[in-house]
Amino acid sequence: MSALESLDVSAFTEYLARHEKKSLLRFLTCGSVDDGKSTLIGRLLYDTKLLFEDQLASLEKDSKKHGTVGEDIDFALLVDGLEAEREQGITIDVAYRFFATDKRKFIVADTPGHEQYTRNMATGASNSDLAVILVDSRYGILTQTRRHSFIASLLGIRHVVLAVNKIDLAGYSEDVFNRIVAEYKAFAADFGFHTFQPIPLSARFGDNVLERGPNMPWYTGPTLVEHLETVDIEQDLVAKPFRMPVQWVNRPNLDFRGFSGTIASGLVRPGDAVVVAKSGRSSTVKAIVTHNGDLPEAGAGEAVTITLNDEIDISRGDVLTAPDNRPEVSDQFAAHLIWMADEPLYPGRPYLIKLGTKLVPGQVTEIKHKIDVNTFSELAAKTLALNEVAVVNFALSEAIAFDPYCEHHDTGAFIVIDRISNLTVGAGMVDFGLRRASNIHWQALDVTKESRAAAKQQKPVVLWFTGLSGSGKSTIANLVERRLHSLDRHTFTLDGDNVRHGLNKDLGFSDADRVENIRRVAETAKLFVDAGLIVLVSFISPFRSERQLARELLEDGEFVEIFVNTPLDVAEARDPKGLYKKAREGKIQNFTGISSPYEAPENPELTLDTTAYTSEELADQIVAWLDKREYFGAGSIFGDYSI
Amino acid sequence: MPVSKDRLTHLKRLEAESIHIIREVAAEFKNPVMLYSIGKDSSVMLHLTMKAFYPSKPPFPLMHVDTTWKFREMISFRDETAKRLGLDLIVHTNPDGKRDNINPFTHGSSVYTNVMKTEALKQALTAHGFDAAFGGARRDEEKSRAKERIFSFRTATHAWDPKNQRPELWKLYNSRVRPGESIRVFPLSNWTELDIWQYILLENIPIVPLYFAKERPVVERNGQLLMVDDERMPIASGETIENRLIRFRTLGCYPLTAAIESPAATLPEIVREMLLARTSERSGRLIDHDDSASMEKKKKEGYF
Repeated sequence: MSALESLDVSAFTEYLARHEKKSLLRFLTCGSVDDGKSTLIGRLLYDTKLLFEDQLASLEKDSKKHGTVGEDIDFALLVDGLEAEREQGITIDVAYRFFATDKRKFIVADTPGHEQYTRNMATGASNSDLAVILVDSRYGILTQTRRHSFIASLLGIRHVVLAVNKIDLAGYSEDVFNRIVAEYKAFAADFGFHTFQPIPLSARFGDNVLERGPNMPWYTGPTLVEHLETVDIEQDLVAKPFRMPVQWVNRPNLDFRGFSGTIASGLVRPGDAVVVAKSGRSSTVKAIVTHNGDLPEAGAGEAVTITLNDEIDISRGDVLTAPDNRPEVSDQFAAHLIWMADEPLYPGRPYLIKLGTKLVPGQVTEIKHKIDVNTFSELAAKTLALNEVAVVNFALSEAIAFDPYCEHHDTGAFIVIDRISNLTVGAGMVDFGLRRASNIHWQALDVTKESRAAAKQQKPVVLWFTGLSGSGKSTIANLVERRLHSLDRHTFTLDGDNVRHGLNKDLGFSDADRVENIRRVAETAKLFVDAGLIVLVSFISPFRSERQLARELLEDGEFVEIFVNTPLDVAEARDPKGLYKKAREGKIQNFTGISSPYEAPENPELTLDTTAYTSEELADQIVAWLDKREYFGAGSIFGDYSI
Repeated sequence: MPVSKDRLTHLKRLEAESIHIIREVAAEFKNPVMLYSIGKDSSVMLHLTMKAFYPSKPPFPLMHVDTTWKFREMISFRDETAKRLGLDLIVHTNPDGKRDNINPFTHGSSVYTNVMKTEALKQALTAHGFDAAFGGARRDEEKSRAKERIFSFRTATHAWDPKNQRPELWKLYNSRVRPGESIRVFPLSNWTELDIWQYILLENIPIVPLYFAKERPVVERNGQLLMVDDERMPIASGETIENRLIRFRTLGCYPLTAAIESPAATLPEIVREMLLARTSERSGRLIDHDDSASMEKKKKEGYF
């Protein structure tokens, strides 16, 4: 940069104008522990003169304290940001670095090689154009090299650099390099990478990073920086059909109604016909409004506000699209899914799906197969654990617009959010829509739930008893049903043990089967509610998520969660079926409270204290509670009855 | 019409990304706020915010945590900016700190920063019940910031747990929080200091005049130049106040922000000087210097 010093201010202004026009390349580095990723990034920052004097001073100080390369500067310390990982000497989270050359500006996602943090690599890859995959010349291709290449491919990365690092420790050997490249090509042939550039380098000494150096005259390809500066990453997003997910309806006053969003693909101009993907309503573009004035056209990647010539109903989550090439609209799709949480994925469990700007409840209906990320073979699975990848079917609570991820990243990518913890637990890529949803239409029925209920003089409701085994659920539910029956109310009881003899006899007690067990019971209870009945459900139902699912299947006031609150020691002391004894002896696996968790309700409609009241008293409390809320029609059926 | 290859420059891409983030927050949170620190990064963030919602006004207020030790020119710039743009501005000062006269000279930078910045910020966020707060921090500023998410989850006590951050993929930000919990949002995460200056130049964004060189009264202390902004600054015997041609690369509280000697009085001169500089931006900030992990500690406690 010393040339800068000779520029006067006007020449410098021209220099700046040139540099404003640089393009941007986002890439990630990945490899196994000790392949030298951090060292490579430190070297890039150092060689492109992005280090300042005080950072160098701090680096020299830290090198003496934590460094692993003797008296030399340890470049890895520059990028290993967090205290904990400096102590452990490993990178445990994605870090972003920035550098620039005269041709391009770069954002680097430094992603960890440590096995349990693979989810971070997917995170880094999701926003990258290119992957630099490091291997150590001494060890060649490792399991993790295969895994990282697979994930890069899964996330749609089309450009790969194979950085054969520490070539100095392999005597700068051409044979070693050629052997590693051949081995890599053999397994990565099907990954669909558009460009593949192997480079032998030494991050520690700088060979083939920025400068070529004297040690490998046999290598005639580009250096790493030369390649990064020139690789053509253009995906031609603007040549694809127009898509814009609406983020925010812009309505400053009654005269202006605009739709703000980032254009995912294609181009748009005033006068263009556009369609709302889901509703099929159409209009034409009136103007492309920005703070800097209306635009004659806007394309992929631009954040704009579009106004239309017709008043049509559009809200956040809708996708504006070209009329002749529309996204799919369905409430079911097949997708690749990466699981990112310690808590496993269970088919049937309700989650939230965020795709584009749309947030909808949804669930995995089926795991088609898992993919072993090391061997790429397909495996059967009932659940998905942290860092596992699978092909699954999703069902959503409403139809949404989407594209296959391989065609449109922005309208084909989604995240999965846990409804209780709010954590981001999965990342998905849509493969294709499933047509079943559009072929099964609701049959309209003339006799409605309301008319059936009115004939019975009651409001249909599910009384959902949850609690530990032996807490008293079935006993109390039975007493409540007897009282209701004697009052001429129409009831039905779904009992956990009884249902497992029939409808659910194919299910066991694993967490995945428990989720499916409750899903079926919840759906069955809903059918009885539609029939106008008061339904008593007596199930341990240990997970909040599934009770929430049941609640959401029903309308407001149709789900009454009754927590039969009996402490574990009391239930175990009662042990009416001798099950606790067997569980303690290890004869029953996955026993709730002993070897499987029970998640107590946070806001149940009723909590029953079985240590303070008898089952009869508690049954009376429930009937009185229902009467007070007019489940038996207006006015108390008991007159001055009280408990 | 042929489509050119690099349609968007890196600044256009950064601008679009930031606007997208800012709009997501407005659309998904109930009660967001923008932390406005008056510096150049805040000026850029505010400019992007005006763009994001145009022709509407931003649907959230600005908030400034006033330590009472900001440069006077910063405060007048703050008030003029809010007025010029017609925005709601909330100003909060920690009443306990004010009562006890907590200041950087007698209490040291660590206690002072904790009481007047971190605690004050937490008080204000809790009092207003904000579920999202924008900050102008960039990943290139400091090592622990390089791992920060764009949507950074904070517990109900405003704590940051670097090991328990949500994965963040594509442009899909998870804004789900329980009551009391919040998200700090950093729309400038991917900007560098040079990007900020180039964008200010390109878009003609107003910034506090302290960034431009001028003769100002300073004392030299521990090898750093501190500006004497008001009479509260204690002057030790042996120290002399002298007028020097100085400017600031970064702005904070005047006793904690060192000036540099510089003749750069225009934006191109500032950018040129920055490119030639061999000292990084935050070295003018005295609070980072205790040890190299001190920012991480402050962030865990709830500092931005």
